[in-house]
Amino acid sequence: MSLLEVRNLHAGVQGNAILEGINLSVGKGEIHAIMGPNGSGKSTLAGVLAGREAYVVTEGEVLYQGKDLLGLSPEERAREGLFLAFQYPVEIPGVTNMYFLKAALNAIRKHRGIEELDAMEFIALVKEKMKVIDFDQSLLNRPVNEGFSGGEKKRNEIFQMAVLDPTLAILDETDSGLDIDALRIVAEGVNRLRSPENAVVVVTHYQRLLNYIVPDFVHVLIDGRIVKSGGKELALVLEEKGYDWIREESGDVPADAHAAGSK
Amino acid sequence: MNASTETKDWYAGRFARFEEGLNGASQSPLHALRRAGFAAFAAKGFPTTAEEEWRFTNVSPIAATQFQPAFDCEESGVTEPDLRPWSLGRTGGIVLVLINGHFSGGLSSIPASLPGVSVGSLAAALARDPALAERYLASARGGGDTFTALNTAFLVDGAFVRVDDGVTLQEPVHILSLASTGGTPLLVQPRHLVIAGKGARLSVVETYGGRGPGVYLTNAVTEIFVGEGGGVEHDTLQMENLNSYHVGTTLISLKGKASFTSNAINLGGALVRNNVSALFQGEHAECTLNGLSVATGTQLVDNHTVIDHASPRCESHELYKAVLDGSARGVFNGKIFVRQDAQKTDAKQTNKTLLLSDEATIDTKPQLEIFADDVKCTHGATVGQLDEEQVFYLRARGIGATEARDLLTFAFATDVINRVHVDALREKLDVLLHTRLRQGRVNLEV
Ligand SMILES: Nc1ncnc2c1ncn2[C@@H]1O[C@H](COP(=O)(O)OP(=O)(O)O)[C@@H](O)[C@H]1O
Ligand SMILES: [Mg+2]
Repeated sequence: MSLLEVRNLHAGVQGNAILEGINLSVGKGEIHAIMGPNGSGKSTLAGVLAGREAYVVTEGEVLYQGKDLLGLSPEERAREGLFLAFQYPVEIPGVTNMYFLKAALNAIRKHRGIEELDAMEFIALVKEKMKVIDFDQSLLNRPVNEGFSGGEKKRNEIFQMAVLDPTLAILDETDSGLDIDALRIVAEGVNRLRSPENAVVVVTHYQRLLNYIVPDFVHVLIDGRIVKSGGKELALVLEEKGYDWIREESGDVPADAHAAGSK
Repeated sequence: MNASTETKDWYAGRFARFEEGLNGASQSPLHALRRAGFAAFAAKGFPTTAEEEWRFTNVSPIAATQFQPAFDCEESGVTEPDLRPWSLGRTGGIVLVLINGHFSGGLSSIPASLPGVSVGSLAAALARDPALAERYLASARGGGDTFTALNTAFLVDGAFVRVDDGVTLQEPVHILSLASTGGTPLLVQPRHLVIAGKGARLSVVETYGGRGPGVYLTNAVTEIFVGEGGGVEHDTLQMENLNSYHVGTTLISLKGKASFTSNAINLGGALVRNNVSALFQGEHAECTLNGLSVATGTQLVDNHTVIDHASPRCESHELYKAVLDGSARGVFNGKIFVRQDAQKTDAKQTNKTLLLSDEATIDTKPQLEIFADDVKCTHGATVGQLDEEQVFYLRARGIGATEARDLLTFAFATDVINRVHVDALREKLDVLLHTRLRQGRVNLEV
């Protein structure tokens, strides 16, 4: 049984279709990359999976660990082990990173019937995870993402992932805005957290990150559909040839005509 | 006879009785001050919403009630445990307790030896040194305001705090004002005088509350004089009962290089009006006014502030926040005057309101009047709900929806609490806010 099973998923915002029949199956231990041009619906897919309320699912279903994912609230999904690294992490003035992460971790533990961590135990865990992704200690006691640089925000997402130890991580363009060193550190963090029990979906529109996080499968998302899937070589082809050849090959309606039709 | 004359007649009668009770003392300079106060009150009466300064705050419930001025300390029955909800949870320290506006020696706590410091009852201080009346009280810049005039008319007691030149008072002075009424609506009018000498430093905390549900009006006036290079922190925690009214006036004068910070926290009262007014009387002085109002139900909390940059090269910062739920109403009016020769003024004002319900409202008005040209003045006001993007971010990490909302609401409010330097008060406020901001709402008495 796969960890995540997306079947014929249609979703959009208020009468505007964005995803038009997504099928995706992610097994334990796998890394999937979802690539596609800007505006193709990658963040929408990630958002629908995480429970973003702005999106309305009009058709299809999503099974996570064999259960209906779409019926769960965002917090229930997180407690069940789903993690979304945001493309645009949110600033939360007045709430420190430490406080936030402890509240999150303990909410998850409570849900799973594991004893909540006290302050000392939590600090010990944080120290250990900080090393894994080379996270700056000074960022811990600052309000969540407030005044962080773009790179620091992305790193904070991965740091949270390390602490929360998800079963399914969806990284939405975690590579954008990172220089090559930061990219390497983030990728290394992700790789170290891999296990046969969990899976990672990497959303990106550059091949760059995939040099460091090597995917088992690459999917191309265009205009709300996965139009092509393949192995890691597909990413290299996309890097070289762009997306237009796939549009032609897949015999899809031309992009603009399609967009007009969906209005 | 209309309501306004009826009200005046009522207070004229109270004033006459008050004068009778003073016997020979009615010839003193202090009493001349009272008479002037009563005359000013009688001439103006209570304001109506036709007056610009009271446009959003209708005090007719105050004008329509015949409040009985509390002439004596009705100490009987008030014991230590009654003070607990307003106490700062520590023994020792300096606590000046006022019951119905009158100093209670029995309930107060004043350390035996405080070199260079004088704290206690204002009545006693005036008896020792009658010149204080003319020197400080007569200068009340709020003389034109009805409520200040009414306070002056019946001026008897309050807290007195004086710290001599160069002296630092480590221990905060807690002025605990409690109203205790049976059935009669009571007029509680403490008058506080705080004098910081040159280079003197101190913190004053005022807390306000009422024992039981009886109706009263607290009409408090605090005058603060900060000497050259002195530093004063003035924190207020207003937790009156929800049937009662609170008008609080704080008048601050700052000499050169002085610094003053006020943190005004409002949690109680049916109708609340605060006037905080600071005047720069010398260069290079600094004034910070912060406020937090948390209200629900039909509470009305009105904060009017004035910062008068009458001297050059002074700095002022202002941050007023409100969390409003139910049908609560907030009012904020922030005046900043920059006089013609007050060059190099640096003034910043921010007003932020978080509305937790559709019925809660705020009327906010920055009012900058700038007559100098080389100045830096900024102001900004925001009104809104919780940011749903922030709520989602927290939920996406496993934090429950309600907990996420409470966390964000608390963070919004605690921004002001964190500016309080009196540890015991900050810790108390922290606990109070945690209990009040729960389940996505503002909760009253718990
Ligand atoms: N909340 C939203 N409201 C309106 N339109 C949206 C919203 N989210 C996404 N869209 C639209 O859906 C399309 C896909 O967006 P997105 O999923 O962010 O693409 P990608 O992540 O692949 O760049 C875009 O045309 C975008 O403008
Ligand atoms: Mg995107």
